[in-house]
Amino acid sequence: MKEQPILQIQKLSKQYGKGCIHCQGEHVQLEKNFCPVCKTVYACRDISFELYRGEILGIVGESGSGKSTLMKSLYFDEQITSGIGLLEDYENGTANIFEQSRQQQRLIRNTILGMVYQNPMLGLNMDFSSMSNIAEKQIAAGNRHVRNMEKRSLELLDHVNIPLFRSKEAPRNFSGGMQQRVQIAKALSNNPPVLLLDEVTTGLDLSVQADVLDLIKSIQRELNISMIVVSHDLAVIRMLADRTIVMLNGQIIEHGLTDQVLEDPQHAYTQQLVYSLL
Amino acid sequence: MITVENLRKSFTIHHLNKALPALQGVSLHVPEGSFLGIVGKSGSGKSTILKSIYRTYEPQDGKILFQSEAFGTIDLVQATAREIVYLRKHEIGYVSQFLNVMPRTTALELVEQSLLDLGVSKEEATTKAQQALRHFDIDESLWNSYPNMFSGGEKLRLNIACAVVKEPRLLLLDEPTASLDHSSKLKVREAIEKLKANGTTLIGIFHDLEFMEGLCDNVFHMAKMQQKELV
Repeated sequence: MKEQPILQIQKLSKQYGKGCIHCQGEHVQLEKNFCPVCKTVYACRDISFELYRGEILGIVGESGSGKSTLMKSLYFDEQITSGIGLLEDYENGTANIFEQSRQQQRLIRNTILGMVYQNPMLGLNMDFSSMSNIAEKQIAAGNRHVRNMEKRSLELLDHVNIPLFRSKEAPRNFSGGMQQRVQIAKALSNNPPVLLLDEVTTGLDLSVQADVLDLIKSIQRELNISMIVVSHDLAVIRMLADRTIVMLNGQIIEHGLTDQVLEDPQHAYTQQLVYSLL
Repeated sequence: MITVENLRKSFTIHHLNKALPALQGVSLHVPEGSFLGIVGKSGSGKSTILKSIYRTYEPQDGKILFQSEAFGTIDLVQATAREIVYLRKHEIGYVSQFLNVMPRTTALELVEQSLLDLGVSKEEATTKAQQALRHFDIDESLWNSYPNMFSGGEKLRLNIACAVVKEPRLLLLDEPTASLDHSSKLKVREAIEKLKANGTTLIGIFHDLEFMEGLCDNVFHMAKMQQKELV
């Protein structure tokens, strides 16, 4: 029973600066995520992991550990320094997605990936109506049939529990939880097999947070979408993820089954993180 | 069905800079369809054995050979996280003393969810979940309530219902009757007997030795590190 990953990331690195002899090379271990000599910042260093169909992979780590840079790199918002990314749904997983043209990367972004940002301002145009925001993503994927797009947008807004009489309203007027739900609807508009969720519940109050988490869980169950969920909240990760990766200083320091990472953490930092849990 | 060979587990506590040994070479064997009871003092490592089999804990050394339907003989110590996720969903169940509740998920939905994860249809999941809740005497008026407000005993019975309804091939029971009254314990016993009759292999920790009487085929004593067959 050999399973093929839907997404495979090998040795992904993103650095700001050119590096020097003190920080470059495979076996160089930095104490922090920057070189003390040349001050090059290694936001992500040699990140490798696999994501399988229908699973939720959690990524935890403190602020500045490189979680969001990784997500932005996967969504081509950031250009990586080096690394390989293979998507089963793109050229049968034979082409490195990071080496494709901007046009191809846009195609991947609009048809295979969906992204929900922590800050809805990054994912939504606050001056367009919610419906137009969703339609925009469909147009980007090549849809031109206005009636179909309208129908699909309303379906999605309904699915994420946005009252349809507000579909023509701009997200600017919505609450934080509603804005996140519109973002989720937009991310789902082209039925992507992979959804990236970057701290989607941060800053929301508890009941709204539970609403958004319920929604994510039900979407995963119904549509069997693979998801990468980044959060610094271990409770969110415990609730959603089957497997979890722990990041520190731009590197993966531990990975495994979520309950194993949380109940039997191996790395000193993970232990510190788990013991800090309220 | 499952053979544990020389299992070792210790916990490294980094901030104290020391390792706490929990299991030092445990070996046991559980034939298919039988029930192994584990007895021993608190802190002797009973739960560590179960959690190592379920892979919530990562053992340092040894083998846990499980006869899986999907993978054949598989060493759970070496199995990948994905393989364990599959086995947990389809073949191995775990019941602890604590209920893992999902926020705003009703008791009925919680039991249904265990079945929906297996790919059972919604109608069938609802019917089976209702049967399980009824069997464990969870009042019908509570089915659509959130388990956070349940009493300790109700939570435990719900927890067992979630695991039992999936009819796993191997069920690990970590003191699931710890705070139950006599009649609830009998219900649990009845469910275990039914599972056993259907061929489920069980490993259980119970403090109540009376409860284990007539239920276990073998007993593993933590103090002696020995397995004994009950006749």
